[in-house]
Amino acid sequence: MRQCEVLVIGGGPAGLSAAIEAAKAGAQVVVVETNREVGGQLVKQTHKFFGSSRHRAGTRGIDIAKILRKQCEDLHVELKVNSLVMGIYADNVVAIDEKKSLTEHNIERIQAKKIVISTGASENSIRFPGWTLPGVMGAGAIQTMCNYHRVIPGRKLLMIGSGSVGLIVCYQLMQAGAEIVGIVEALPHINGYAVHASKLTREGIPIYTGYTIKEARGKERVEQAVIAKVNPDWSTVPGSEIVLDTDIVAVGAGLKPLIGMAHMSGCEFVYDKALGGWAPCHNKNMESTHKGIYVAGDTTGLEEASTAIEEGTISGIAIAESLGYIPKDKAKTLKDEGWERLAGLRSGFKGEDRVKAKMKQLNRYDEVMKGGK
Amino acid sequence: MRVMNHPVLGEQKDIEWVTIIFNGKPMKAEKGEMILAALHAENQIVNRYTAKRHEPRGIYCGIGQCTDCMMVVNGIPNVRTCITPVEDGMTVEIQEGLGKWRGDK
Ligand SMILES: Cc1cc2nc3c(=O)[nH]c(=O)nc-3n(C[C@H](O)[C@H](O)[C@H](O)COP(=O)(O)OP(=O)(O)OC[C@H]3O[C@@H](n4cnc5c(N)ncnc54)[C@H](O)[C@@H]3O)c2cc1C
Ligand code: FES
Repeated sequence: MRQCEVLVIGGGPAGLSAAIEAAKAGAQVVVVETNREVGGQLVKQTHKFFGSSRHRAGTRGIDIAKILRKQCEDLHVELKVNSLVMGIYADNVVAIDEKKSLTEHNIERIQAKKIVISTGASENSIRFPGWTLPGVMGAGAIQTMCNYHRVIPGRKLLMIGSGSVGLIVCYQLMQAGAEIVGIVEALPHINGYAVHASKLTREGIPIYTGYTIKEARGKERVEQAVIAKVNPDWSTVPGSEIVLDTDIVAVGAGLKPLIGMAHMSGCEFVYDKALGGWAPCHNKNMESTHKGIYVAGDTTGLEEASTAIEEGTISGIAIAESLGYIPKDKAKTLKDEGWERLAGLRSGFKGEDRVKAKMKQLNRYDEVMKGGK
Repeated sequence: MRVMNHPVLGEQKDIEWVTIIFNGKPMKAEKGEMILAALHAENQIVNRYTAKRHEPRGIYCGIGQCTDCMMVVNGIPNVRTCITPVEDGMTVEIQEGLGKWRGDK
């Protein structure tokens, strides 16, 4: 069986940052990515990033992906694309399904000294009559089609959810030539950044706060959406329905950590709404309760690319340290700096809830490792 | 519709075309793009019909996670078209139910 020092599952900003840090220190690293190129969510994020300049705010997501990839290549990190990790087994053995063509697959097993799980997140869906009709899709899906594949499967779009994803995607679709018929938000207020929302309202796009989608109608695809005022118990107010002509209903109902790999390796989890649901807990090395398996980025709690990069960096340093490539005291300084930068990132928008949730994860890790239940 | 003039990515020019056969008819596609993208460019959004209720399905996730976009490709059923690139001469058919396996390989 093939052996390697560090195997990273998922080549998004978290995984690539972990790989860069470990490789910089001298470790041999393989990144396994199911897509045909690395970059994760960044490959479709054509907007300039929000956040601090230290974290490349003002740089477009697609360019950050290129920078990270270039760094990996320069450090001779092996980027194994078109390769899905199917599972993690005993003794850090990882099974990989590499897609060669439509009919040919190469199944390989690699045993790694250290594993980083950085599989990112998956989109939440919501159910309503007609939700299975072609034309109803994830907000991330329509963003992928528009900004990565450069097609739009329709002309008009209704967005469900006014979080930052919903707002950004609407703005991008509008710029690309789609008509945005409106944004529906069940909360009484807009959920994302006000600056993003005002870019849309300035164009005359209505944001229906206090509304939800009741139904999507159509024969072979979406033709209309019915929205209605929502009560606190999620029932709708009779008579408040508005019928909108649209051929795309995009659902921006948030994301949740993609935790299959962490679950399979027996890591301990913590639930917190602020991080998108269940996520593996970890210590300050980003090591999970399964020794030798590290977690970083959205998979250990929904945040941002900037935090994913920092968590990945910390895990890469910790791994290099434990493999003997970085002396303990130097590693400590580097990791402390990383945690300081993370604290800075978490002091912003909705940061307080995330800080609390992350503390919960660290505490749970300690509890479990001390043998508590 | 194709986004020929993307606000950030710029204009798309010099596209290299190939031909795929969609439900028996030739359809042009950009070399190397995903089958699903080629279909969306031609406003074709139904990928398959469900086995029990014959309901149409189309893109949901766009990244290979949901299986709503599965079609019969080169005679092979259940191919996720959002993560499968086109090849010149490839046949792509709307899938009925679970599809029948009549692949030549
Ligand atoms: C519309 C939108 C706008 C955003 N804007 C910003 C912003 O302005 N600023 C900001 O900081 N953040 C932003 N974010 C958030 C940011 O994109 C994510 O937080 C970040 O990409 C998370 O990084 P990650 O590496 O944890 O996961 P991802 O980027 O999701 O990468 C995970 C990777 O793992 C791969 N993978 C998963 N499972 C497997 C497997 N089993 N085998 C192999 N590979 C696998 C996936 O294919 C993927 O490439 C935005 C997100 C969205 C959706
Ligand atoms: S659209 Fe979900 S797998 Fe293709």
